[in-house]
Amino acid sequence: MWHEKVLFIIFAVIAIASALNILLQRSPLYSALSLIGTLLSLSALYLTVHAQFIAAVQIVVYAGAIMVLFIFVIMLLNVPKDQPQIEKQKGLRYLAIPFAGLMIAEMFYVLRPIRLTTLPIQPGNPEQAVGTTWSIGTALFTDYLLPFEVTSVLILMALVGAMVLARREGD
Amino acid sequence: MVPLSWYLGLSAMLFTIGAVGVFIKRNAITIFLCIELMLNAVNLTLVSLSGFFGDVGGQLFVFIVMTVAAAEAAVGLAIIISIFRNRESLNVDEVDTLKL
Amino acid sequence: MNFFHTEPLLAIIIMAPLIGAAILGLLGKRMGERLIGLIACSTVAMSAILSFYLFFKHHAELEQGQKFYDYLFTWISVGTFRADASLLLDSLSAIYILFITFVAFWIHVFATGYMRGDKGYWRFFAYMNLFMFSMLTLVLADNFLLMFVGWEGVGLCSYLLIGYYFTKDFANDAAKKAFIVNRIGDFGFALGVMLLFLKAGSIFYFDDPARGIHGAFNWAFSQVHDPLALSAIFAGGITTIAVLLFVGATGKSAQLPLYVWLPDAMAGPTPVSALIHAATMVTAGVYMVARASSIYTHAPTAMMIMAIIGAATALFAATIGLAQWDIKKVLAYSTISQLGYMFLACGVGAFGAGIFHVFTHAFFKALLFLGAGSVIIGMHHEQDMRRMGGLKKYMRITCLTMLAGWLAISGFPLLSGFFSKDEILFKTFTSVVLPAPWPRILWFIAAVTALLTAVYMTRLIVLTFWGDERFMDADSASSHSNEGHGHAGKPHESPKSMLIPLIVLAAGAILVGFVGVPEILSVGQTGNYFEHFIHQSVEGPTTQFDAADAGGDWYRQFIEEQRVEWILLIVSTAIALIGMGFGWVWFKRKPLWEPPSLLEHKYYVDEVYDAAVVQPIKQGSINVLWKFIDVRIIDGAVNGAGQLADLFGGTLRYLQSGLARSYVALVVLGALLIIGYFVIR
Repeated sequence: MWHEKVLFIIFAVIAIASALNILLQRSPLYSALSLIGTLLSLSALYLTVHAQFIAAVQIVVYAGAIMVLFIFVIMLLNVPKDQPQIEKQKGLRYLAIPFAGLMIAEMFYVLRPIRLTTLPIQPGNPEQAVGTTWSIGTALFTDYLLPFEVTSVLILMALVGAMVLARREGD
Repeated sequence: MVPLSWYLGLSAMLFTIGAVGVFIKRNAITIFLCIELMLNAVNLTLVSLSGFFGDVGGQLFVFIVMTVAAAEAAVGLAIIISIFRNRESLNVDEVDTLKL
Repeated sequence: MNFFHTEPLLAIIIMAPLIGAAILGLLGKRMGERLIGLIACSTVAMSAILSFYLFFKHHAELEQGQKFYDYLFTWISVGTFRADASLLLDSLSAIYILFITFVAFWIHVFATGYMRGDKGYWRFFAYMNLFMFSMLTLVLADNFLLMFVGWEGVGLCSYLLIGYYFTKDFANDAAKKAFIVNRIGDFGFALGVMLLFLKAGSIFYFDDPARGIHGAFNWAFSQVHDPLALSAIFAGGITTIAVLLFVGATGKSAQLPLYVWLPDAMAGPTPVSALIHAATMVTAGVYMVARASSIYTHAPTAMMIMAIIGAATALFAATIGLAQWDIKKVLAYSTISQLGYMFLACGVGAFGAGIFHVFTHAFFKALLFLGAGSVIIGMHHEQDMRRMGGLKKYMRITCLTMLAGWLAISGFPLLSGFFSKDEILFKTFTSVVLPAPWPRILWFIAAVTALLTAVYMTRLIVLTFWGDERFMDADSASSHSNEGHGHAGKPHESPKSMLIPLIVLAAGAILVGFVGVPEILSVGQTGNYFEHFIHQSVEGPTTQFDAADAGGDWYRQFIEEQRVEWILLIVSTAIALIGMGFGWVWFKRKPLWEPPSLLEHKYYVDEVYDAAVVQPIKQGSINVLWKFIDVRIIDGAVNGAGQLADLFGGTLRYLQSGLARSYVALVVLGALLIIGYFVIR
């Protein structure tokens, strides 16, 4: 129905506008806040495709934890504004529009055949619905157990790595 | 009904913006943010495809991607902090000693 | 018809000087002068003794035309082409090795005295022995390729010996000139041999069934005579081969137009001039022509060219020799002139007469050169005749021997030169090889040349030994001496080591003519022995009388022939005596008579060659080959490759800027391209 499209367009516009804002802001703090906006709108879009769990996790983990970490680090590294901005190879910035244009063109070219695919109807009960917590949890601990365990090791590594790297000398 | 191509198109555009941002910006943290944007664009592709074709694997993939993104963000920021300690600047153009 | 025997001693004749050259070349620097001279002369003596021994041992067989081989090894055998290292002794090569080794031995003895005190004594004799090896190889070879090896070898040794005083620029230039001009001739020779192989299928001289080879001369003998026409030269047949071989002879034996190296070759030591440029190397061309006489008699056009060039050279060089002041240069031009006589003889079909003249010329020309060397040493390295005079008082023996040489070359009756020159004149006058007016014309030119020869040789003798003693007037140093350590003083006679060869050669110059006494003078008892001997290996005589001999009416032809021969004999004698008398009177009175400047400057031939050939080549080399091709094209290409690599690297360098942003941009670009590829596909 038409209101689905309207919702989509609203959130899409917000996402793209926030994404562009990341590039347009000079201060990294404002850029990070723009990214949070993008993440939130993306979360809404996840909901429109019935991916409830992922939508929630997006907000909790991505916008809530990762971006907060970013903000902490930005505030920790308090770069004063009046430092001279050295830029080498100034010509790179003029490559932005051509590359973007090329990519958009390629995208349009690829997406034309699949214009008319629409969302399937969701069955009612949670066991068979895709995107519910139940389905994700079941799949995670049965079919995809190995990636799950490896991911935990990965988090451990990241933990240790972050601690080692950020340590001051002599500690 | 929203066609699948719209989701994929949006994802592509977000990815483009992120990719362009990586080589436009000079601040290390901003570059990092653009990388996160790219990852999110890909997440959107995966989730939308998973929803349109009824396969939960896509969403599980996104789950793993988010975990990895978190780990990567932690380690990456730690690196940026230690570089900042050495140079007092977050300008990636100054970190170019590996050149001919 | 030809019987073949083997004679293994032949190899020793050529190896002895080679071993001598090797010993002297490797160890000579540490030897004393006496030892060096001993080794050098003894190797040549060994060759000489062996030559004489073989000659007398096989005398009877050689007289009947039998040949002796000494097969060493097969050098090249590819497809149908075969060249062996094998030696041939027949009447022609037997005569040659006789006089070559004999004269060379006495020249070596002379040189031990002449070169005394020189620092490169060992080098000189090493080169001389190497030269003997090459010359003997040339003469004793039994195929054209081995002869060519000797041919080139003598050219090389000539270069080495002319440039013996290598610290002097003009000696080096003369050596280079000799080698280069020789090379031009050698090019023609090589082409001739190649063409001969193409046509005859072999480059051996004669058949040898024992080795399974057939000879080029046997092939030539069976060919039809080529026509006497200018077009035959370029037809690619026998005439072309003959003309090409003659080009080689022109270079080696200093005929027009390739004679220009011989006068300059006088920059070498006098024994070198005597050995190489009088007796041996320059006669190699005549040897080659005589050897290939079967080819030449089938190519009358080539013979005509040879006769004309020979006569022209003889006259030309004689006129120049009249105007030279350097004693050695007079003798050099005299050599060129006498070589012209030899080629004239071969050109009219009298190969035997030509070889006879080679034989006698070797003796008296070597004698004259050695005598000149003795005079030069006695005058403390003075060579200009204007500063000599009256030397008969101081150098008696040299004077007497030089007189013998002078009489011989002028054609004084009963000396060697008389017999050989008269033979040539007679055969020229009566030749049937050339069409009608030519024999008479050529005879006339040769007669005028004989007159001039007598005149200029008399001039040389009178200026040097008679008249006022002019050496007291000028400074001690002269511009022509090679090692002027100009201390003035009275001229002195030379030591015994130099005088004995002079005496021996003088005896030879007087006596050797008697082996070739013509029939008429021997009152009909024996024929011309030399001629008869030589003709076992060389094509037969072709006078109008011999051609008619085949027919009937023998007695009348015989009387007619005798009459013509007597007349010509008297004419030759008259020419000789008139020339000598005129020269005596004229030059006794005016020794310093100025010759016309055209003659004195050798008709400016060298200057013409320089302007027409040398300078254009030099300018071409500098401007085109060096500055354009070498510097701009070749160096440009090489440097350009380097610059291209540099440019390339310089451009690629910007890819590795260390800048993460550009790396990412490149990754993105790559991704776009890959996606684009799949999209378009």
